[in-house]
Amino acid sequence: MSKIRVVHYLNQFFAGIGGEEKADHKPELRIGIVGPGMALKKEFGEEAEIVSTIICGDSYFNENLKEASAQILKMIREQKPDIFMAGPAFNAGRYGAACGTICKMVKEELGIPVLSAMYEENPGVDMFRKDLFIIKTADSAAGMRTAAPAMAKLALKLAKKEEIGPPEAEGYHVRGIRKNVFRDKLGSKRAVEMLVKKLKGDEFVTEYPMPQFDNVTPSPAVKDMSRAKLALVTSGGIVPKGNPDRIESSSASKYGKYDISGLAALTSETSETAHGGYDPVYANKDPNRVLPVDALRDMEKSGRIGSLHNYYYSTVGNGTSVANSRAYALEFAHELKNDGVTAVILTST
Amino acid sequence: MRLEIGEILIRDIQFGDRTKVSGGTLYINKSELVAKLIDDEHIKSISVELAKPGESTRITPVKDVIEPRVKVDGPGNIFPGVLGKVTTAGSGRTHVLKGCAVVSCGKIVGFQEGIIDMSGPGADYTPFSKLFNIVLVIEPAAGLDQYGYEKAARMAGLKAAVWLGEAGRNVQPDNIISYETKSVLEQAAEYPDLPKIGYVYMLQTQGLLHDTYVYGVDAKKIVPSLLYPTEVMDGAILSGNCVSACDKNTTYHHQNNPVITSLYEAHGKEINFMGVIITNENVFLADKERSSNWTAKLAKFLGLDGVIISQEGFGNPDTDLIMNCKKIEKEGVKTVILTDEYAGRDGASQSLADSDPLADAVVTAGNANELIVLPKMDRVIGMLDYTDKIAGGFSGSLRPDGSIEAEIQVITGATNELGFNRLSATMY
Repeated sequence: MSKIRVVHYLNQFFAGIGGEEKADHKPELRIGIVGPGMALKKEFGEEAEIVSTIICGDSYFNENLKEASAQILKMIREQKPDIFMAGPAFNAGRYGAACGTICKMVKEELGIPVLSAMYEENPGVDMFRKDLFIIKTADSAAGMRTAAPAMAKLALKLAKKEEIGPPEAEGYHVRGIRKNVFRDKLGSKRAVEMLVKKLKGDEFVTEYPMPQFDNVTPSPAVKDMSRAKLALVTSGGIVPKGNPDRIESSSASKYGKYDISGLAALTSETSETAHGGYDPVYANKDPNRVLPVDALRDMEKSGRIGSLHNYYYSTVGNGTSVANSRAYALEFAHELKNDGVTAVILTST
Repeated sequence: MRLEIGEILIRDIQFGDRTKVSGGTLYINKSELVAKLIDDEHIKSISVELAKPGESTRITPVKDVIEPRVKVDGPGNIFPGVLGKVTTAGSGRTHVLKGCAVVSCGKIVGFQEGIIDMSGPGADYTPFSKLFNIVLVIEPAAGLDQYGYEKAARMAGLKAAVWLGEAGRNVQPDNIISYETKSVLEQAAEYPDLPKIGYVYMLQTQGLLHDTYVYGVDAKKIVPSLLYPTEVMDGAILSGNCVSACDKNTTYHHQNNPVITSLYEAHGKEINFMGVIITNENVFLADKERSSNWTAKLAKFLGLDGVIISQEGFGNPDTDLIMNCKKIEKEGVKTVILTDEYAGRDGASQSLADSDPLADAVVTAGNANELIVLPKMDRVIGMLDYTDKIAGGFSGSLRPDGSIEAEIQVITGATNELGFNRLSATMY
């Protein structure tokens, strides 16, 4: 079998070019191994080979993000690597950010596995932990001796598409990704054991550390509703009959935007719900119960509101992840704003 | 209150001339069973099929799973208030046909029926793949609305389980396990040095096909109340709901509530198990406030040191879970909560719809959004028509080759929040 082809990324300092005074060094490709690559080579043995090393100054990269990224990506692509590695960046913040940025770009653009390594307080860890594996290191280059074996081991596993173990086993920073596992004991037993420990004041490990929720500050009240352009947005799953976008009954992977211009009200002939988390009978009989087009048309007519926006946005809130919900809202909130909408009623179920 | 559970181990099921248990085999007279169940104007037809562990068999859409039990000594009957008088159950002796279950299935009620695979990767996620299943495929009468259909299917499953349970009445059980909980003062005095532990048992009551029954009462209409743990083993609580298959408590889960058995296992050794506080998961804020106030009040009233709180369902009931946890902790009673997660297919989203720093001891039954591929099975009991529509499925879930790609949400009991399984999730 041919060796796994590795391309390695270093900043100007670790490539031995110079310190801060050389931080404007432009992207450069060197065939073969440079600096810390030696330690990795030892660990790779016959299985993998660093075919080339790309070097870029930290200032140059961060100040010329677009140009430098494009240049580096081109260099990497031409080397046809099986895996791309960057760092270790230890506690060097700008270097960490560069390693993370390039790794993420390579992963997305070239579809090959990527890997970096940093100290836990390096800002690059929090910026990129969700996107890539970042091996834990000490805060300075003295930690290379322990970083290299962990990096090489995980790199080989990634290149060979082997199953990656949990963070503590592989030595990478927790990525914040929930993965299912079968434990040795039943949940009920684990609960009793955890409670006994908690009561005794012994140490116990919760299986799900509570997330910090982001709280949204409500906007100030609309001063004059008679001039407001109102839009309806729902997580109650109201869609045109037949669910043309096939929004899922649970864990929705999309939302829909639907035209209600000229409609005096929704009817059971034209609309229905796609939601699988509640009994759909009453919503299907009269979809205005979830998306109150009828009441708002009355208010529009009587002048209590300025107008009702021609489109409504709808998804299914049943088991749909918060990350997806946020992404949908980010998209259509801009559209609503551009369409001159001044107030939104969000209906849920 | 003291209950003996006599387990009759069932190692095979077969159709036969007479319904009986003999040599570990449950023989079922199919036509008698059908005749018993078809006596309901809401049901057009019922077919009975058998599914055994290891077979290439898929059962779907699954509504409920029920364990055959029979009351052989002591007051009351199985499913009191539903299939018989409302006599308080939970004492005396109950025989259980251990290793088999009645599974009700048929044309979908809502979106939320599930899949049981008897072999393959899906079988690892459902406890019911390990059982010998007597499956009722129910066809509702024409024109029956879904509430009527849900009730008819629910009652057919319960009746079948009770009817089959009778076969165990005069059989010598393989194991006899006894459980006892005394009156509050006696129980507290029995193990004065052990922490007094209760169980806060949240019942799915969001309404409109999300209902649970306690002695025949729709649990939406209860205020939190106390039960002896053994009452639950006699069917005091049963399922009438259609929430997502992975984390709804089927009647079988209630009958075999593992929190209760795990607490009994530690009872007298590490803890003093005092009893069960049942509560609901209603959708109105005032109900949520009242019920969580009451669980906290009852936990304090009983002088408990700690409780385990189990949830049913997800999303809206996450708020009930956190309210219970928060208020009980504020009474100085320590909590562990049992839940599951909806962290997205990639596992990167937050898992619950509500959270609080006081919920520092969580046992999770896994991420229900994780995808699984279920290979084609040789035999399908029920129908595959709804595979794309059930909660956890999506357009294209049922592939042309008969395999299914879906979230584990579709698998009956996969992320059960009573801690019925070993499945969990961890942070990567």
